[in-house]
Amino acid sequence: MGDILRLVGKRLGLGVGILLIISAIIFFMVELLPGDIAQAVLGQGATPENLAALRKEMGLDQPALVRYFDWLTSAVMFDFGNSIVTGESVVDTISTRFANTLFLAAYAAVIAVPISIVLGVLVALLRNSIFDRVVNVLTLTSISSPEFFLGYILILYLAVKTGMFPAIASLSNDMTFGELLHRTFLPALTLVLVVTAHMMRMTRAAIINLLASPYIEMARLKGTPPWKVIVKHALPNAWAPIINVVALNLAYLITGVVLVEVVFVYPGIGQALVDSVSKRDFPVVQACCLIFAATFILLNLAADVGAILTNPRLRHPK
Amino acid sequence: MKKNKDQILLDKLADAARTGTISRRSFMHYAAAAGVTASAATGLWGTSAQAAPTRGGIFRLGAHDGNTSDTHDPGTYVTFSMIQVAHTFRSYLTLIEPDGSLGPDVASEWSASPDAKEWTFTLNPGATWHSGGKVTANDVIASLNHHRGEGSTSAAKALLTDVQDIVDNGDHSITIKLGSGNADLPWLMTDYHLAMVPANDDGTASWKSGDGCGPYKLTNTEFGVGYTFTRHEDWHLDGAYFDEVVVTVLNDPNARQTALVTGDVDAITQLELKTLALLQRDPNIVIDNVPSAAAITMPMLCDVAPFDNPDVRNALKLSIDRNEIIEKIAFGAASPGNDFHHSPAMPYWPDDIPQREYDPEQAKSLLKKAGAEGLSVNLSVADSVYSGAVDMCVLYSEQAKKSGIDINVVREPNDGYYSDVWLKKPWCAVQWGARPTPDVMYSLAYKDDAAWNESHWQNERFNELLLAAKAELDNTRRAEMYREMAMLARDDGGTVIPFFPNFVYARRKNVQHGPDLAASWQMDGARACSRWWFEA
Repeated sequence: MGDILRLVGKRLGLGVGILLIISAIIFFMVELLPGDIAQAVLGQGATPENLAALRKEMGLDQPALVRYFDWLTSAVMFDFGNSIVTGESVVDTISTRFANTLFLAAYAAVIAVPISIVLGVLVALLRNSIFDRVVNVLTLTSISSPEFFLGYILILYLAVKTGMFPAIASLSNDMTFGELLHRTFLPALTLVLVVTAHMMRMTRAAIINLLASPYIEMARLKGTPPWKVIVKHALPNAWAPIINVVALNLAYLITGVVLVEVVFVYPGIGQALVDSVSKRDFPVVQACCLIFAATFILLNLAADVGAILTNPRLRHPK
Repeated sequence: MKKNKDQILLDKLADAARTGTISRRSFMHYAAAAGVTASAATGLWGTSAQAAPTRGGIFRLGAHDGNTSDTHDPGTYVTFSMIQVAHTFRSYLTLIEPDGSLGPDVASEWSASPDAKEWTFTLNPGATWHSGGKVTANDVIASLNHHRGEGSTSAAKALLTDVQDIVDNGDHSITIKLGSGNADLPWLMTDYHLAMVPANDDGTASWKSGDGCGPYKLTNTEFGVGYTFTRHEDWHLDGAYFDEVVVTVLNDPNARQTALVTGDVDAITQLELKTLALLQRDPNIVIDNVPSAAAITMPMLCDVAPFDNPDVRNALKLSIDRNEIIEKIAFGAASPGNDFHHSPAMPYWPDDIPQREYDPEQAKSLLKKAGAEGLSVNLSVADSVYSGAVDMCVLYSEQAKKSGIDINVVREPNDGYYSDVWLKKPWCAVQWGARPTPDVMYSLAYKDDAAWNESHWQNERFNELLLAAKAELDNTRRAEMYREMAMLARDDGGTVIPFFPNFVYARRKNVQHGPDLAASWQMDGARACSRWWFEA
């Protein structure tokens, strides 16, 4: 167990270093964008003196490096500052949005992860049957279509033609949990369709890979039924790659859903990020990107820890 | 035979008037075409048009163009969704009525000194803040001063540079003192930035709280996502028929149209013109297609070769087939431009100026005269200028080939287009929002020393007339001056104006509105929430 704690500590330390590098990259990428905040805020209608006044108010007359280190020193103390454009605190601006994104990701994951693993086991069991082929074709089709296209198809059939679900997933404060699930079902379903194929096929491949091992041969020879061979003997050894791919897809559910948010008008963090990039609102861009980076780092870490826990051999390195 | 046909037309018209698919103005026009006298047509309109407005219901509006970084600061209003929200919960001194005339809002009446240098606005004693209390002269002055002075970051600062002082007359009226006469000042007061907000004790404007004196009270704000409102029962004007209003930001055109089709919202702004014909087939949806004062322009820098030669400029103006562009790019939802920036939806529009037609032969002879045969020029454009802007320029380039002109279309990035391309590249395509009067438009983008004189055009007579017309209180004389200026801009100016795009938006069939729709903004001048109602 001590080994795992040491690993977690080491990886977290490394993660902080990575975040630091990422923050510098993001800052200078935002600086490279053409135009500036004052121009983006005041729009086409700004005059030069207007722009100068606004730049001064926003502190943009300072050199870039000074601004970056100002931001960094406060960020180290968990003060992510205020949005340059609105003057509101960054934490207030994005916390609801991030909570919405987490909710949608969790909703999709709760549906997608069990379905893909069960389907993966089933198609491994019935490999090369018609069932296997049909499931593969369907999931590969859904992963190969762009998300917005899947979203539009679902809207057409489930919202416009049958009216079973609302076409836009706008939220309000006085919704019950049931209404919330109903209203956000289509975006969640779109995400489920996008991520299922990857996880399902990885489960299938990992299991089939193991089926050639001598110990599986042994289990078969002693007369164990095929489903038991897979669930009891193959699956426990296949967990490591499956956990990895699940973690990767969970990270995607949090960071890669801008298109789904746009199609369904879901107020998630992706839309906030796109908005703040278009306004060059550096503190908000920075906060969103760091959340995304931290998501990847933490989920990867969780995957590694999971892999070690499910495989006793990794816990005792020689 | 003729008589019968006319009767069919009239029946159709009456039907259209009943269902609200036709505006009063178009109704009168077609009725006249069918041989009905004006007074008879007015009567016909009155009997067929909708019943009186009814109160009640929750109006859900899907608006385009919203951003997480929007704020309640009237000085930095820039997105359409904020303009819509501002007209729902805030008020202005004056407003543009559905028929295009100027009407009272917080100011109930106004008058000018003979030189148009001093304007006195009498405030409506019934105007009250949502938080309670009357709207005072002090509040109005603070609201206007928010856009003036040294450190102001307001985008409306340029509009008020000529204002020298604003004083409280002590009798619930204010006087605005100008450096030079301006007959359009009451029109300027409709600008969406100049919203009324309460004054702080130190005389600054208090805009953060979201308090207003408009038809609806703001109950919830989530910038870039949505806004909710309830009726302000003590509002000082007629209207505000809905009990509650919900404005949802729907940036994606497909999401907007789907939400309208499925009934998730009652009305939406900005339709995708490409799918207009498909949406029209839905019997539950009514489309409003309103000619506007917005414009697409293509300014050439008149001090840069080859655009420094008026013959070259006119050759380019003659080489564009506006009808084809309107048909293929704007899908019919536009009125043709005539190379002067004064739309038929603005006051003082000169209706007797001949339309410039597509004439490659004349263009060729002008080029020959200028010694510029085989002309090759770059035209910069970005997708964000207008839906289909790049296609428009490519089509123009094909049309100009007949005049022997090679237009090389340069596609620029959307990002930073107005800071890096506009006013910098010798020739580019631009979209202008609607401005209330020709004076505002010309002073902004055609005056010799204007910061945004986008074509660098210098014409002495034009600038003389601009200043004279500005202070002219006699409408007939003013209209004559604008006519002469239009001719100068058309024949000497550096701007090709392909068309004035219409405002195209839609509502569910049970949403009703009056006979006319204001052309200043989409959604009845952004005042749909207080002017429209649900069918009983």
